[in-house]
Amino acid sequence: MAAILEISNLTKRFGGLAAVNDVSFSVPEGAIVGLIGPNGAGKTTIFNLITGVYSVTSGDVKFQGQSIVGLPPFKIADRGITRTFQNIRLFKNLTVFENVLTACHMSAQYNLAETILRLPRFRKEEKLLYEKAENLLSIMGLTERRDLVANNLPYGMQRRLEIVRALALDPKLLLLDEPAAGMNPDETEHLMNLIGQIRKDFKLSVLVIEHHMDLIMGVCEHIVVLNFGLKLAEGRPEDVANNPKVVEAYLGATEEA
Amino acid sequence: MDWTYIQGILMLAGINLISVLGLSLLTGFTGLFSFGHAGFMAIGAYIGALMTVSPSTTPAGLGLPFFVGIIAGGAAAGIVSYFIGRITLSLKGDYFCIATLGFGEATRLLLNNVQIFGGSRGWPGVPYKSTLPVIVLVDVVAVLFLANLIKSRHGRNMIAVREEELAAQVSGIDVFKYKMTALIISAVYAGVAGVFFGHYMTFIQPKMFSMTKSTELTIIVIFGGLGSISGSVLGAVLLTALPEILRAFEIWRLVFYGAAVILIMISRPKGLMGGMELTPSGIRKAQLERKARLEARAEARRLNGLEDGSADEGRGA
Repeated sequence: MAAILEISNLTKRFGGLAAVNDVSFSVPEGAIVGLIGPNGAGKTTIFNLITGVYSVTSGDVKFQGQSIVGLPPFKIADRGITRTFQNIRLFKNLTVFENVLTACHMSAQYNLAETILRLPRFRKEEKLLYEKAENLLSIMGLTERRDLVANNLPYGMQRRLEIVRALALDPKLLLLDEPAAGMNPDETEHLMNLIGQIRKDFKLSVLVIEHHMDLIMGVCEHIVVLNFGLKLAEGRPEDVANNPKVVEAYLGATEEA
Repeated sequence: MDWTYIQGILMLAGINLISVLGLSLLTGFTGLFSFGHAGFMAIGAYIGALMTVSPSTTPAGLGLPFFVGIIAGGAAAGIVSYFIGRITLSLKGDYFCIATLGFGEATRLLLNNVQIFGGSRGWPGVPYKSTLPVIVLVDVVAVLFLANLIKSRHGRNMIAVREEELAAQVSGIDVFKYKMTALIISAVYAGVAGVFFGHYMTFIQPKMFSMTKSTELTIIVIFGGLGSISGSVLGAVLLTALPEILRAFEIWRLVFYGAAVILIMISRPKGLMGGMELTPSGIRKAQLERKARLEARAEARRLNGLEDGSADEGRGA
Protein backbone atom coordinates (compact mmCIF):
# COMPACT_ATOMS: atom_id res chain seq x y z
CA MET A 1 0.00 0.00 0.00
CA ALA A 2 1.32 3.43 -0.92
CA ALA A 3 1.79 5.90 1.89
CA ILE A 4 -0.50 8.94 1.82
CA LEU A 5 1.53 10.71 4.50
CA GLU A 6 5.26 10.29 4.99
CA ILE A 7 6.99 11.93 7.91
CA SER A 8 10.75 11.75 7.82
CA ASN A 9 13.21 12.91 10.48
CA LEU A 10 10.72 15.52 11.68
CA THR A 11 12.09 17.81 14.40
CA LYS A 12 10.56 20.77 16.19
CA ARG A 13 12.54 22.80 18.71
CA PHE A 14 11.11 25.41 21.04
CA GLY A 15 14.32 27.10 22.15
CA GLY A 16 16.41 24.32 23.66
CA LEU A 17 13.52 21.88 23.99
CA ALA A 18 13.03 19.35 21.24
CA ALA A 19 9.28 18.75 21.42
CA VAL A 20 9.53 16.40 18.45
CA ASN A 21 12.90 14.85 17.80
CA ASP A 22 13.80 13.06 14.58
CA VAL A 23 10.49 11.24 14.24
CA SER A 24 9.72 9.21 11.13
CA PHE A 25 6.64 7.21 10.30
CA SER A 26 4.07 6.98 7.56
CA VAL A 27 0.34 6.55 7.15
CA PRO A 28 -0.60 4.03 4.44
CA GLU A 29 -3.44 4.97 2.11
CA GLY A 30 -6.77 4.02 3.63
CA ALA A 31 -5.34 3.02 7.00
CA ILE A 32 -6.26 4.10 10.51
CA VAL A 33 -3.05 4.84 12.39
CA GLY A 34 -2.90 5.57 16.11
CA LEU A 35 -0.45 8.00 17.66
CA ILE A 36 -0.04 7.34 21.37
CA GLY A 37 2.28 8.32 24.18
CA PRO A 38 2.27 9.83 27.67
CA ASN A 39 1.38 13.50 28.22
CA GLY A 40 3.93 15.85 26.70
CA ALA A 41 5.25 13.23 24.30
CA GLY A 42 4.77 15.58 21.33
CA LYS A 43 1.64 14.11 19.74
CA THR A 44 -0.30 17.33 19.29
CA THR A 45 2.91 19.08 18.20
CA ILE A 46 3.16 16.59 15.34
CA PHE A 47 -0.43 17.47 14.33
CA ASN A 48 0.45 21.15 14.42
CA LEU A 49 3.50 20.49 12.26
CA ILE A 50 1.53 18.46 9.70
CA THR A 51 -1.21 21.11 9.42
CA GLY A 52 1.23 24.02 9.21
CA VAL A 53 0.17 25.66 12.47
CA TYR A 54 3.79 25.38 13.67
CA SER A 55 6.81 25.80 11.42
CA VAL A 56 9.03 22.75 11.03
CA THR A 57 12.59 23.03 12.44
CA SER A 58 13.95 20.24 10.26
CA GLY A 59 12.81 17.13 8.47
CA ASP A 60 10.09 16.65 5.92
CA VAL A 61 6.37 15.94 5.68
CA LYS A 62 5.22 14.50 2.37
CA PHE A 63 1.54 14.28 1.50
CA GLN A 64 0.72 12.19 -1.58
CA GLY A 65 4.37 12.32 -2.50
CA GLN A 66 4.74 16.11 -2.29
CA SER A 67 6.39 18.05 0.51
CA ILE A 68 3.94 20.27 2.39
CA VAL A 69 6.51 21.83 4.72
CA GLY A 70 6.26 25.62 4.74
CA LEU A 71 2.74 25.80 3.28
CA PRO A 72 0.23 27.91 5.26
CA PRO A 73 -2.50 25.95 7.11
CA PHE A 74 -5.29 26.87 4.67
CA LYS A 75 -3.33 25.51 1.71
CA ILE A 76 -2.62 22.27 3.54
CA ALA A 77 -6.35 21.97 4.24
CA ASP A 78 -6.91 22.61 0.54
CA ARG A 79 -4.57 19.74 -0.36
CA GLY A 80 -6.77 17.42 1.70
CA ILE A 81 -5.62 17.25 5.33
CA THR A 82 -8.12 18.35 7.95
CA ARG A 83 -8.16 17.97 11.70
CA THR A 84 -10.04 18.30 14.94
CA PHE A 85 -8.70 19.86 18.13
CA GLN A 86 -7.99 18.46 21.56
CA ASN A 87 -9.83 21.41 23.13
CA ILE A 88 -12.83 21.70 20.82
CA ARG A 89 -12.72 24.72 18.50
CA LEU A 90 -16.13 25.09 16.91
CA PHE A 91 -17.61 28.32 15.55
CA LYS A 92 -19.37 28.63 18.89
CA ASN A 93 -22.05 31.20 18.16
CA LEU A 94 -23.14 29.63 14.89
CA THR A 95 -25.71 26.88 14.58
CA VAL A 96 -24.75 23.28 13.87
CA PHE A 97 -25.85 23.73 10.26
CA GLU A 98 -23.89 26.96 9.81
CA ASN A 99 -20.75 25.32 11.20
CA VAL A 100 -20.90 22.65 8.53
CA LEU A 101 -22.08 25.01 5.78
CA THR A 102 -19.11 27.30 6.44
CA ALA A 103 -16.68 24.43 6.08
CA CYS A 104 -18.27 23.40 2.77
CA HIS A 105 -16.91 26.62 1.23
CA MET A 106 -14.26 24.90 -0.86
CA SER A 107 -16.91 23.15 -2.94
CA ALA A 108 -17.95 26.49 -4.47
CA GLN A 109 -16.06 28.79 -6.80
CA TYR A 110 -18.20 31.91 -7.17
CA ASN A 111 -16.37 35.19 -6.62
CA LEU A 112 -17.11 38.42 -4.76
CA ALA A 113 -18.74 40.24 -7.67
CA GLU A 114 -21.05 37.30 -8.35
CA THR A 115 -21.89 37.33 -4.64
CA ILE A 116 -22.93 40.94 -4.17
CA LEU A 117 -24.96 40.91 -7.39
CA ARG A 118 -26.46 37.45 -6.72
CA LEU A 119 -25.60 36.20 -10.21
CA PRO A 120 -26.76 32.74 -11.41
CA ARG A 121 -23.53 30.91 -10.55
CA PHE A 122 -23.76 32.19 -6.97
CA ARG A 123 -27.30 30.91 -6.58
CA LYS A 124 -26.60 27.57 -8.24
CA GLU A 125 -23.48 26.79 -6.20
CA GLU A 126 -24.97 28.08 -2.98
CA LYS A 127 -27.86 25.63 -3.40
CA LEU A 128 -25.35 22.79 -3.81
CA LEU A 129 -23.53 23.87 -0.64
CA TYR A 130 -26.78 23.78 1.34
CA GLU A 131 -27.57 20.32 0.02
CA LYS A 132 -24.10 19.09 0.86
CA ALA A 133 -24.28 20.41 4.42
CA GLU A 134 -27.74 18.89 4.99
CA ASN A 135 -26.53 15.61 3.59
CA LEU A 136 -23.49 15.48 5.88
CA LEU A 137 -25.63 16.26 8.92
CA SER A 138 -28.02 13.47 8.10
CA ILE A 139 -25.23 10.92 7.50
CA MET A 140 -23.68 11.83 10.83
CA GLY A 141 -26.98 11.93 12.74
CA LEU A 142 -26.99 15.61 13.60
CA THR A 143 -30.04 16.69 11.58
CA GLU A 144 -32.22 16.93 14.68
CA ARG A 145 -29.84 19.46 16.17
CA ARG A 146 -29.24 21.48 13.03
CA ASP A 147 -30.59 24.77 14.41
CA LEU A 148 -28.96 24.55 17.82
CA VAL A 149 -26.12 26.98 18.50
CA ALA A 150 -22.92 24.92 18.68
CA ASN A 151 -22.12 26.17 22.16
CA ASN A 152 -25.36 24.66 23.50
CA LEU A 153 -24.66 21.18 22.12
CA PRO A 154 -23.89 18.38 24.54
CA TYR A 155 -20.15 17.74 24.81
CA GLY A 156 -20.09 14.48 22.88
CA MET A 157 -22.01 16.04 20.01
CA GLN A 158 -19.62 18.99 19.90
CA ARG A 159 -16.82 16.50 19.24
CA ARG A 160 -18.92 14.84 16.57
CA LEU A 161 -19.76 18.17 14.96
CA GLU A 162 -16.06 18.99 14.79
CA ILE A 163 -15.51 15.77 12.87
CA VAL A 164 -18.40 16.62 10.50
CA ARG A 165 -16.92 20.05 9.94
CA ALA A 166 -13.59 18.45 9.03
CA LEU A 167 -15.35 16.02 6.66
CA ALA A 168 -17.09 18.91 4.89
CA LEU A 169 -13.75 19.78 3.28
CA ASP A 170 -13.62 16.39 1.53
CA PRO A 171 -10.30 15.45 3.15
CA LYS A 172 -8.11 12.57 2.09
CA LEU A 173 -6.46 12.43 5.50
CA LEU A 174 -8.30 13.15 8.72
CA LEU A 175 -6.34 13.97 11.89
CA LEU A 176 -8.28 13.38 15.12
CA ASP A 177 -6.82 14.82 18.31
CA GLU A 178 -8.17 12.87 21.29
CA PRO A 179 -11.69 12.47 19.88
CA ALA A 180 -12.79 10.39 22.88
CA ALA A 181 -11.53 12.75 25.58
CA GLY A 182 -14.19 13.16 28.26
CA MET A 183 -16.44 10.44 26.83
CA ASN A 184 -17.83 7.51 28.79
CA PRO A 185 -17.10 3.93 27.63
CA ASP A 186 -20.43 3.76 25.81
CA GLU A 187 -19.79 6.94 23.84
CA THR A 188 -16.22 5.83 23.17
CA GLU A 189 -17.37 2.60 21.60
CA HIS A 190 -19.88 4.50 19.54
CA LEU A 191 -17.12 6.83 18.35
CA MET A 192 -14.90 3.88 17.52
CA ASN A 193 -17.54 2.47 15.18
CA LEU A 194 -18.06 5.92 13.73
CA ILE A 195 -14.37 6.29 12.84
CA GLY A 196 -14.39 2.95 11.06
CA GLN A 197 -17.57 3.94 9.25
CA ILE A 198 -16.18 7.29 8.15
CA ARG A 199 -13.07 5.69 6.72
CA LYS A 200 -15.21 3.39 4.63
CA ASP A 201 -17.87 5.90 3.53
CA PHE A 202 -15.56 8.81 2.79
CA LYS A 203 -12.62 6.71 1.53
CA LEU A 204 -10.02 8.45 3.63
CA SER A 205 -7.07 7.69 5.88
CA VAL A 206 -7.11 8.56 9.57
CA LEU A 207 -4.37 9.48 12.03
CA VAL A 208 -5.73 9.51 15.57
CA ILE A 209 -4.23 10.62 18.88
CA GLU A 210 -5.89 8.89 21.79
CA HIS A 211 -5.45 7.86 25.40
CA HIS A 212 -8.31 5.36 25.49
CA MET A 213 -6.48 2.10 24.84
CA ASP A 214 -9.75 0.31 24.03
CA LEU A 215 -10.36 2.68 21.17
CA ILE A 216 -6.79 2.57 19.89
CA MET A 217 -6.56 -1.21 20.08
CA GLY A 218 -10.02 -1.66 18.60
CA VAL A 219 -9.81 0.55 15.57
CA CYS A 220 -6.16 1.09 14.54
CA GLU A 221 -4.22 -1.16 12.22
CA HIS A 222 -0.92 0.44 13.03
CA ILE A 223 0.33 2.29 16.10
CA VAL A 224 3.17 4.75 16.61
CA VAL A 225 4.33 5.33 20.19
CA LEU A 226 6.03 8.57 21.18
CA ASN A 227 7.83 9.45 24.40
CA PHE A 228 9.64 12.72 25.16
CA GLY A 229 9.50 13.70 21.49
CA LEU A 230 11.15 10.49 20.31
CA LYS A 231 9.60 7.55 18.53
CA LEU A 232 9.63 4.68 20.99
CA ALA A 233 8.01 1.91 19.01
CA GLU A 234 5.80 1.24 16.03
CA GLY A 235 3.85 -1.73 14.77
CA ARG A 236 0.63 -3.71 15.01
CA PRO A 237 -1.51 -3.05 18.12
CA GLU A 238 -0.79 -6.38 19.81
CA ASP A 239 2.97 -6.06 19.25
CA VAL A 240 3.03 -2.54 20.62
CA ALA A 241 0.97 -3.51 23.66
CA ASN A 242 3.47 -6.23 24.54
CA ASN A 243 6.56 -4.15 23.85
CA PRO A 244 8.45 -3.81 27.18
CA LYS A 245 9.65 -0.29 26.29
CA VAL A 246 6.07 0.90 25.77
CA VAL A 247 4.91 -0.68 29.02
CA GLU A 248 7.80 1.01 30.78
CA ALA A 249 6.94 4.44 29.35
CA TYR A 250 3.34 4.13 30.51
CA LEU A 251 3.67 2.23 33.78
CA GLY A 252 7.31 2.69 34.79
CA ALA A 253 10.08 0.06 34.87
CA THR A 254 9.44 -3.23 36.58
CA GLU A 255 11.76 -4.14 39.42
CA GLU A 256 14.04 -7.06 38.78
CA ALA A 257 12.69 -9.93 40.80
CA MET B 1 -39.46 71.67 13.52
CA ASP B 2 -39.51 72.26 9.83
CA TRP B 3 -38.82 69.75 7.11
CA THR B 4 -35.37 71.17 6.23
CA TYR B 5 -34.23 70.44 9.79
CA ILE B 6 -35.61 66.89 9.81
CA GLN B 7 -34.24 66.30 6.34
CA GLY B 8 -30.81 67.44 7.56
CA ILE B 9 -30.87 64.92 10.40
CA LEU B 10 -32.02 62.14 8.07
CA MET B 11 -29.23 62.96 5.63
CA LEU B 12 -26.62 62.87 8.38
CA ALA B 13 -28.05 59.57 9.62
CA GLY B 14 -27.95 58.20 6.08
CA ILE B 15 -24.34 59.31 5.60
CA ASN B 16 -23.33 57.83 8.96
CA LEU B 17 -25.12 54.65 8.00
CA ILE B 18 -22.93 54.14 4.93
CA SER B 19 -19.75 54.09 6.98
CA VAL B 20 -21.41 52.21 9.84
CA LEU B 21 -22.39 49.43 7.42
CA GLY B 22 -18.77 49.10 6.31
CA LEU B 23 -17.55 49.08 9.87
CA SER B 24 -20.21 46.52 10.72
CA LEU B 25 -18.64 44.15 8.20
CA LEU B 26 -15.19 44.65 9.70
CA THR B 27 -16.11 44.69 13.39
CA GLY B 28 -19.43 42.89 13.65
CA PHE B 29 -18.81 40.13 11.13
CA THR B 30 -15.03 39.75 10.86
CA GLY B 31 -14.23 40.63 14.48
CA LEU B 32 -11.66 43.38 13.90
CA PHE B 33 -12.10 46.56 15.91
CA SER B 34 -11.08 49.79 14.23
CA PHE B 35 -10.71 53.22 15.78
CA GLY B 36 -9.49 54.85 12.60
CA HIS B 37 -12.38 54.76 10.16
CA ALA B 38 -12.77 58.53 10.32
CA GLY B 39 -9.42 58.50 8.53
CA PHE B 40 -10.96 56.66 5.58
CA MET B 41 -13.89 59.07 5.65
CA ALA B 42 -11.43 61.96 5.52
CA ILE B 43 -9.65 60.46 2.52
CA GLY B 44 -13.00 60.03 0.77
CA ALA B 45 -14.12 63.56 1.63
CA TYR B 46 -10.92 65.23 0.44
CA ILE B 47 -10.43 63.17 -2.74
CA GLY B 48 -14.13 63.54 -3.56
CA ALA B 49 -13.91 67.29 -3.09
CA LEU B 50 -10.76 67.44 -5.18
CA MET B 51 -12.75 65.96 -8.08
CA THR B 52 -15.81 68.22 -7.86
CA VAL B 53 -14.60 71.60 -6.60
CA SER B 54 -14.60 74.07 -9.44
CA PRO B 55 -11.13 75.28 -10.48
CA SER B 56 -12.29 78.88 -10.12
CA THR B 57 -12.68 78.60 -6.33
CA THR B 58 -9.67 76.35 -5.62
CA PRO B 59 -6.88 75.93 -8.18
CA ALA B 60 -6.52 72.24 -7.30
CA GLY B 61 -10.19 71.47 -8.05
CA LEU B 62 -11.06 69.51 -11.18
CA GLY B 63 -14.70 70.51 -11.51
CA LEU B 64 -15.87 67.01 -12.45
CA PRO B 65 -19.40 65.60 -11.89
CA PHE B 66 -20.46 64.35 -8.44
CA PHE B 67 -20.52 60.64 -9.33
CA VAL B 68 -16.85 60.81 -10.34
CA GLY B 69 -16.18 62.23 -6.87
CA ILE B 70 -18.06 59.34 -5.22
CA ILE B 71 -16.14 56.71 -7.18
CA ALA B 72 -12.77 58.40 -6.70
CA GLY B 73 -13.35 58.97 -2.96
CA GLY B 74 -14.37 55.35 -2.36
CA ALA B 75 -11.55 54.00 -4.49
CA ALA B 76 -8.91 56.19 -2.80
CA ALA B 77 -9.98 55.00 0.66
CA GLY B 78 -9.96 51.41 -0.57
CA ILE B 79 -6.46 51.69 -2.03
CA VAL B 80 -5.07 53.28 1.14
CA SER B 81 -6.71 50.57 3.25
CA TYR B 82 -4.95 47.91 1.19
CA PHE B 83 -1.54 49.27 2.16
CA ILE B 84 -2.60 49.83 5.77
CA GLY B 85 -3.90 46.25 5.84
CA ARG B 86 -0.68 44.85 4.42
CA ILE B 87 1.28 46.16 7.38
CA THR B 88 -1.27 45.91 10.20
CA LEU B 89 -3.51 42.90 9.57
CA SER B 90 -1.02 40.40 10.91
CA LEU B 91 -1.30 42.16 14.27
CA LYS B 92 -3.54 40.40 16.76
CA GLY B 93 -6.55 41.82 18.59
CA ASP B 94 -5.82 45.02 20.49
CA TYR B 95 -2.66 45.72 18.51
CA PHE B 96 -4.60 46.02 15.27
CA CYS B 97 -7.01 48.34 17.04
CA ILE B 98 -4.15 50.60 18.19
CA ALA B 99 -2.63 50.59 14.69
CA THR B 100 -5.93 51.80 13.18
CA LEU B 101 -6.14 54.50 15.84
CA GLY B 102 -2.68 55.64 14.79
CA PHE B 103 -3.68 55.64 11.13
CA GLY B 104 -6.78 57.77 11.80
CA GLU B 105 -4.86 60.36 13.77
CA ALA B 106 -1.98 60.40 11.28
CA THR B 107 -4.40 61.07 8.42
CA ARG B 108 -5.96 63.98 10.29
CA LEU B 109 -2.58 65.51 11.21
CA LEU B 110 -1.34 65.08 7.66
CA LEU B 111 -4.37 66.93 6.27
CA ASN B 112 -3.80 69.67 8.85
CA ASN B 113 -0.57 70.43 7.02
CA VAL B 114 -1.59 70.10 3.38
CA GLN B 115 -1.94 73.75 2.42
CA ILE B 116 -3.59 73.23 -0.99
CA PHE B 117 -6.60 71.78 0.89
CA GLY B 118 -6.60 74.69 3.31
CA GLY B 119 -4.73 72.86 6.08
CA SER B 120 -6.31 73.10 9.52
CA ARG B 121 -8.39 76.13 8.47
CA GLY B 122 -10.50 73.84 6.35
CA TRP B 123 -11.64 73.79 2.76
CA PRO B 124 -14.72 75.82 1.87
CA GLY B 125 -16.47 75.86 -1.48
CA VAL B 126 -17.28 72.14 -1.79
CA PRO B 127 -20.42 72.06 -3.96
CA TYR B 128 -23.68 71.07 -2.25
CA LYS B 129 -24.51 67.82 -4.00
CA SER B 130 -25.73 65.37 -1.33
CA THR B 131 -29.48 65.09 -1.55
CA LEU B 132 -31.73 62.87 0.54
CA PRO B 133 -32.97 60.66 -2.34
CA VAL B 134 -29.42 59.95 -3.53
CA ILE B 135 -28.26 59.15 0.00
CA VAL B 136 -31.22 56.83 0.58
CA LEU B 137 -30.51 55.12 -2.73
CA VAL B 138 -26.86 54.57 -1.80
CA ASP B 139 -27.93 53.28 1.63
CA VAL B 140 -30.28 50.76 0.04
CA VAL B 141 -27.60 49.56 -2.39
CA ALA B 142 -25.04 49.38 0.45
CA VAL B 143 -27.40 47.29 2.59
CA LEU B 144 -28.22 44.95 -0.30
CA PHE B 145 -24.56 44.37 -1.22
CA LEU B 146 -23.67 43.72 2.40
CA ALA B 147 -26.60 41.38 2.98
CA ASN B 148 -25.70 39.38 -0.15
CA LEU B 149 -22.09 39.20 0.94
CA ILE B 150 -22.92 37.99 4.44
CA LYS B 151 -25.15 35.21 3.16
CA SER B 152 -22.44 33.78 0.90
CA ARG B 153 -19.41 31.58 1.45
CA HIS B 154 -17.26 34.73 1.56
CA GLY B 155 -19.36 36.22 4.34
CA ARG B 156 -19.45 32.93 6.23
CA ASN B 157 -15.67 32.70 6.00
CA MET B 158 -15.38 36.16 7.53
CA ILE B 159 -17.69 35.13 10.36
CA ALA B 160 -15.60 32.00 10.85
CA VAL B 161 -12.51 34.21 11.26
CA ARG B 162 -14.36 36.15 13.96
CA GLU B 163 -15.52 33.01 15.73
CA GLU B 164 -12.34 30.94 15.82
CA GLU B 165 -9.34 31.98 13.78
CA LEU B 166 -7.31 28.79 14.13
CA ALA B 167 -10.24 26.55 13.23
CA ALA B 168 -10.92 28.81 10.24
CA GLN B 169 -7.34 28.37 9.04
CA VAL B 170 -7.35 24.60 9.24
CA SER B 171 -10.74 24.64 7.50
CA GLY B 172 -8.98 26.00 4.44
CA ILE B 173 -9.93 29.64 4.98
CA ASP B 174 -7.27 32.17 3.97
CA VAL B 175 -7.67 34.28 7.12
CA PHE B 176 -5.44 37.12 5.94
CA LYS B 177 -7.25 37.42 2.61
CA TYR B 178 -10.66 37.61 4.25
CA LYS B 179 -9.51 40.13 6.83
CA MET B 180 -8.10 42.20 3.96
CA THR B 181 -11.31 41.91 1.94
CA ALA B 182 -13.39 43.04 4.91
CA LEU B 183 -11.03 45.94 5.58
CA ILE B 184 -11.05 47.15 1.97
CA ILE B 185 -14.84 46.95 1.64
CA SER B 186 -15.30 48.78 4.94
CA ALA B 187 -12.83 51.46 3.84
CA VAL B 188 -14.63 51.94 0.50
CA TYR B 189 -17.93 52.37 2.38
CA ALA B 190 -16.29 54.89 4.73
CA GLY B 191 -14.73 56.72 1.78
CA VAL B 192 -18.08 57.02 -0.02
CA ALA B 193 -19.66 58.25 3.23
CA GLY B 194 -16.88 60.85 3.44
CA VAL B 195 -17.66 62.12 -0.06
CA PHE B 196 -21.34 62.56 0.82
CA PHE B 197 -20.41 64.20 4.11
CA GLY B 198 -18.18 66.77 2.38
CA HIS B 199 -20.81 67.53 -0.24
CA TYR B 200 -23.43 67.92 2.48
CA MET B 201 -21.44 70.25 4.76
CA THR B 202 -19.93 72.12 1.75
CA PHE B 203 -16.95 72.73 4.00
CA ILE B 204 -14.45 70.16 5.21
CA GLN B 205 -11.87 70.44 7.93
CA PRO B 206 -9.49 67.79 9.31
CA LYS B 207 -10.98 68.31 12.79
CA MET B 208 -14.27 66.75 11.59
CA PHE B 209 -12.50 63.40 11.15
CA SER B 210 -10.97 63.07 14.59
CA MET B 211 -10.88 60.02 16.80
CA THR B 212 -14.23 61.10 18.25
CA LYS B 213 -15.80 60.42 14.86
CA SER B 214 -14.18 56.98 14.62
CA THR B 215 -15.35 56.15 18.14
CA GLU B 216 -18.87 57.32 17.32
CA LEU B 217 -19.00 54.90 14.37
CA THR B 218 -17.76 51.99 16.49
CA ILE B 219 -20.25 52.85 19.25
CA ILE B 220 -23.09 52.76 16.71
CA VAL B 221 -22.02 49.29 15.50
CA ILE B 222 -21.80 47.91 19.04
CA PHE B 223 -25.00 49.69 20.11
CA GLY B 224 -26.90 48.18 17.17
CA GLY B 225 -25.49 44.73 17.89
CA LEU B 226 -22.36 43.08 16.50
CA GLY B 227 -23.10 40.91 13.50
CA SER B 228 -26.45 42.45 12.61
CA ILE B 229 -27.11 44.65 9.57
CA SER B 230 -30.55 45.67 10.88
CA GLY B 231 -28.87 46.62 14.15
CA SER B 232 -26.45 48.89 12.31
CA VAL B 233 -29.31 50.59 10.46
CA LEU B 234 -31.31 51.15 13.66
CA GLY B 235 -28.21 52.25 15.55
CA ALA B 236 -27.16 54.76 12.90
CA VAL B 237 -30.60 56.37 12.73
CA LEU B 238 -31.22 56.41 16.50
CA LEU B 239 -27.80 57.57 17.60
CA THR B 240 -27.58 60.29 14.94
CA ALA B 241 -31.02 61.59 15.87
CA LEU B 242 -30.60 61.27 19.63
CA PRO B 243 -28.39 64.37 20.23
CA GLU B 244 -30.91 66.40 18.22
CA ILE B 245 -33.90 65.03 20.17
CA LEU B 246 -32.02 65.84 23.37
CA ARG B 247 -31.47 69.48 22.35
CA ALA B 248 -34.15 70.48 24.85
CA PHE B 249 -31.70 69.62 27.62
CA GLU B 250 -29.25 72.21 26.26
CA ILE B 251 -25.84 71.87 27.93
CA TRP B 252 -26.89 68.57 29.54
CA ARG B 253 -27.66 66.86 26.27
CA LEU B 254 -24.38 64.97 25.89
CA VAL B 255 -24.71 63.72 29.45
CA PHE B 256 -28.13 62.34 28.58
CA TYR B 257 -26.74 60.92 25.35
CA GLY B 258 -24.07 59.01 27.28
CA ALA B 259 -26.57 57.89 29.90
CA ALA B 260 -28.98 56.62 27.23
CA VAL B 261 -26.24 54.59 25.53
CA ILE B 262 -25.09 53.12 28.85
CA LEU B 263 -28.64 52.23 29.90
CA ILE B 264 -29.36 50.42 26.66
CA MET B 265 -26.06 48.55 26.75
CA ILE B 266 -26.80 47.41 30.32
CA SER B 267 -30.28 46.20 29.46
CA ARG B 268 -29.17 44.69 26.12
CA PRO B 269 -25.49 43.75 26.45
CA LYS B 270 -25.40 42.29 22.93
CA GLY B 271 -26.71 45.55 21.47
CA LEU B 272 -30.18 46.39 20.20
CA MET B 273 -30.42 43.45 17.81
CA GLY B 274 -27.83 41.14 19.35
CA GLY B 275 -26.82 39.45 16.10
CA MET B 276 -30.41 39.02 14.89
CA GLU B 277 -31.77 40.32 11.60
CA LEU B 278 -35.13 42.03 11.16
CA THR B 279 -35.98 40.19 7.94
CA PRO B 280 -38.45 37.33 7.40
CA SER B 281 -35.61 34.79 7.13
CA GLY B 282 -33.73 36.36 10.06
CA ILE B 283 -36.77 36.12 12.32
CA ARG B 284 -37.45 32.55 11.22
CA LYS B 285 -33.84 31.63 11.99
CA ALA B 286 -34.05 33.18 15.46
CA GLN B 287 -37.26 31.25 16.12
CA LEU B 288 -35.71 27.95 15.00
CA GLU B 289 -32.69 28.58 17.21
CA ARG B 290 -34.91 29.31 20.18
CA LYS B 291 -37.00 26.20 19.54
CA ALA B 292 -33.90 24.00 19.24
CA ARG B 293 -32.51 25.45 22.48
CA LEU B 294 -35.74 24.81 24.38
CA GLU B 295 -35.98 21.26 23.02
CA ALA B 296 -32.39 20.52 23.99
CA ARG B 297 -33.03 21.85 27.47
CA ALA B 298 -36.21 19.84 27.86
CA GLU B 299 -34.40 16.71 26.75
CA ALA B 300 -31.56 17.32 29.18
CA ARG B 301 -34.07 17.80 31.98
CA ARG B 302 -35.86 14.58 31.02
CA LEU B 303 -32.57 12.63 31.02
CA ASN B 304 -31.56 14.11 34.38
CA GLY B 305 -35.00 13.22 35.70
CA LEU B 306 -34.56 9.61 34.58
CA GLU B 307 -31.19 9.39 36.30
CA ASP B 308 -32.61 10.84 39.49
CA GLY B 309 -35.51 8.42 39.30
CA SER B 310 -33.31 5.36 38.95
CA ALA B 311 -31.09 6.58 41.77
CA ASP B 312 -34.16 6.84 44.00
CA GLU B 313 -35.22 3.30 43.09
CA GLY B 314 -31.76 2.08 43.95
CA ARG B 315 -31.99 3.67 47.35
CA GLY B 316 -35.43 2.20 47.91
CA ALA B 317 -34.20 -1.32 47.21
